[in-house]
Amino acid sequence: MADPVLTFTDRGIYCPAGDFFIDPWRPVDRALITHGHSDHARWGHRRYLATHQALPVIRHRLGQIDAQGIGYGEAFRIGGVTVSFHPAGHVPGSAQIAVERDGEVWVVSGDYKVEPDGLAEPFAPVRCHAFISECTFGLPVFRWRPQAQVMADISRWWAANAAAGKTSILGAYSFGKAQRLMAGVDPIGPILTHGAVEETTAILRAQGYALPDTIRAGQGVDAKTHPGALVIAPPSALGSAWARKFGPVDEAFASGWMAVRGIRRRRSLGTGFTVSDHADWDGLNAAIRATGCERVFVTHGYTAPFRRWLAEQGYDAGIVATEFGDDAEEPLPEVAE
Amino acid sequence: MRDFAALFAALDGTTKTGAKLAALTAYFQSAPEPDRVWTIALLSGRRPKRSVTATELREWAAGAAGLPLWLFEESYAMVGDLAETIALILPAPLHEDEPPSLDQTIRALMALTGQSSEARREAILRVWDRLGQTERLLFNKLITGGFRMGVSQGLMTRALAQATGVDEAVLAHRLMGDWLPQHTAFADLVAEDTATGLGSRPYPFALAAPLEDGPETLGDPQDWRAEWKWDGIRGQLIQREGAFALWSRGEELITDRFPEFAPLADFLPRGTVIDGEVVAWGADRPLPFAELQKRIGRKTVPKRLLLDAPARLLAYDLLEDGGEDIRPLPYATRRARMEAMVAALPAGLPLGLSPDIAFAGWADLAAIRATARAAQAEGLMLKRATSPYFVGRKRGDWWKWKLDPWSVDAVMIYAQAGHGRRANLFTDFTFAVRQGNELVPFTKAYSGLTDAEFAEITRWVGKNTLERFGPVRRVKPELVFEIAFEGIQESPRHKSGIALRFPRMARWRRDKPVDEIDTIEGLRDLLNVARG
Ligand SMILES: [Zn+2]
Ligand SMILES: [Zn+2]
Repeated sequence: MADPVLTFTDRGIYCPAGDFFIDPWRPVDRALITHGHSDHARWGHRRYLATHQALPVIRHRLGQIDAQGIGYGEAFRIGGVTVSFHPAGHVPGSAQIAVERDGEVWVVSGDYKVEPDGLAEPFAPVRCHAFISECTFGLPVFRWRPQAQVMADISRWWAANAAAGKTSILGAYSFGKAQRLMAGVDPIGPILTHGAVEETTAILRAQGYALPDTIRAGQGVDAKTHPGALVIAPPSALGSAWARKFGPVDEAFASGWMAVRGIRRRRSLGTGFTVSDHADWDGLNAAIRATGCERVFVTHGYTAPFRRWLAEQGYDAGIVATEFGDDAEEPLPEVAE
Repeated sequence: MRDFAALFAALDGTTKTGAKLAALTAYFQSAPEPDRVWTIALLSGRRPKRSVTATELREWAAGAAGLPLWLFEESYAMVGDLAETIALILPAPLHEDEPPSLDQTIRALMALTGQSSEARREAILRVWDRLGQTERLLFNKLITGGFRMGVSQGLMTRALAQATGVDEAVLAHRLMGDWLPQHTAFADLVAEDTATGLGSRPYPFALAAPLEDGPETLGDPQDWRAEWKWDGIRGQLIQREGAFALWSRGEELITDRFPEFAPLADFLPRGTVIDGEVVAWGADRPLPFAELQKRIGRKTVPKRLLLDAPARLLAYDLLEDGGEDIRPLPYATRRARMEAMVAALPAGLPLGLSPDIAFAGWADLAAIRATARAAQAEGLMLKRATSPYFVGRKRGDWWKWKLDPWSVDAVMIYAQAGHGRRANLFTDFTFAVRQGNELVPFTKAYSGLTDAEFAEITRWVGKNTLERFGPVRRVKPELVFEIAFEGIQESPRHKSGIALRFPRMARWRRDKPVDEIDTIEGLRDLLNVARG
């Protein structure tokens, strides 16, 4: 049998025929990056390749880097393989990376979400022989309601707080989730942002993503100047002195983990909205089926049970240990690996 | 179910007592009356008898969701709550229409008792198919029990008082005792008049708060009375016209577990209610709690136990005297009336006074407390001489001043994920001490650390798992903890031969290497101390 198209090393996923890595976690010569979250786009590589849409945020986060952009669906030859980037629906600019060698296609999913969210380029399945899939939410208890329903809940929560004279503070990861929320809620009042959220929002807005107006909270911008506001902040800001400055507040957290009551209560948060940038159980299964693949490698999440489930469904399934997932949307240590 | 589900969502969505009280009050004013009765019952720990087992539920739910049972178990291990796991994995309902009321739902569940497995399965699947997610969760909780909505019985009673205008103390008293929700109308439960006889109903127990600072903070020693804090079963003995009953603090009727108390029904004056401690009695002092424990959970008490470890009620308060509710009188007065009442009884009854301990000052009392273990007590109780018998836990009048617990240093060898709010953390650990070169497991503990420490340990467990048995991980014996406990007993059922009472993690001993942990011999020495 021929050598595998991709191998798994202690620096990351490696393509021997093209001599490059995908989302490596140690410094390498050439890195192909699926998206701008910090567990995937790391500092210190010599050359970067990512979608044109992903590069501005990556550049903002990593500073001066030698980076090249590529369009979705564009074929690009590296050594003995052809690579192409396809929408992953995870965050703006996010991609799955397909690597083809002599007709054999392997796809690295990066992080992905199947349901279109109106902001990120919608997920597009890629036919392949082997699929390397994340499974952050790879247990059947994780099943998301349609985004429109959750957004309606969030809008209602905001309206009720505003009517009660309270500021609504919504905790969400500052790249991707935060913008998806501000674009999805009913704008019944001003939307204020924490500095970390505002910086990314400004970059994405300049790229042309349809985002509502936001105001950076801070000097001269608070609950007095903007009563009944929605404040979008990183999860770490919840319960902080920064949040208390908005006077009477009601805090909520938006994350896929909020689907589980015990987790929500552990954070002592009354309100949790189940909104995830990752595929749910049904989404993972549908995405894998749509690739038409025979081999699946799972990573990043509930790998052991998800691998066993896939094997029972007839896939040749394995587990890949990676260093993804320490950042994007996991506020909690994991129990099952 | 809809009002009940809305109530649950409101209670679950807040951590603020005021908001919970308002939600409950509104519910008690607007929900259908039969539903209110069940809600009161559920929130005070009465649930309908099980008609479906947890094993059946798992199998039916996994089947309905098209999942193998092992994947259901993996999911349950992550979620930590069976009812919720089922609600989360079931396919979306196909026939979500007006759901049945809480009363109808519970009665339908009760009617399943005794039916064939197939008939019960079909009935449950039919209900699941009609309910939305929150309602499913509640329905499953009705079946599995363990209803905790973050509402204490006190808060529930207060809401009921606000909703009905009936006095809170009257309601608290009314809700205790042996009423059955399926045979009780809401109007009767909250009726204003109490003249229809109290029957065997107990009074709500007054509870002591732990004394954390020294007794010097309590002011003049002259204002206080002291007695031993016994390690038995808190009980209320009721002797009224036509009613003789012993109630535990958990509102359980335990009269039958203590047949030796029967003669008290013949000799105690009518209209007497005593608050005291049931203990197993040796020649002149209580036996270890383990002796009493032997008869808990048994239907009948074997003769040998009655001989070897006869029960005795150590009386420490008198709540009703000659049919008069004397709870508002000062403690010293109640105590005097109790002493007079007991003095008038014939000798040989299984009832005695919990001795009033005389002391010269706080320093003297501290010295007395140090001898508690020899008296088979856990420490001291302090009661303000002028205090009435209050309802529940009111800080300031009653204090428990317990001995410092015992402790050993032990190493963690197994870890398991917690439940409920700690579903995602490893919080339940098994500990071992040394025996020569081996490690002997001797206790489990799951409380005493901060969330941050549990999170750190959880990460550590992830990297140091040696083996998995379902939800349990065997881990490298590396992390050392100080385990505190209240008592120690011999236990042939345990491999170590001992059992601890109230074990908990006092501290994570990061400073201590594994080879410096305690030994099984050290624990056995403590056993000898415990025996006196
Ligand atoms: Zn990501
Ligand atoms: Zn990730």
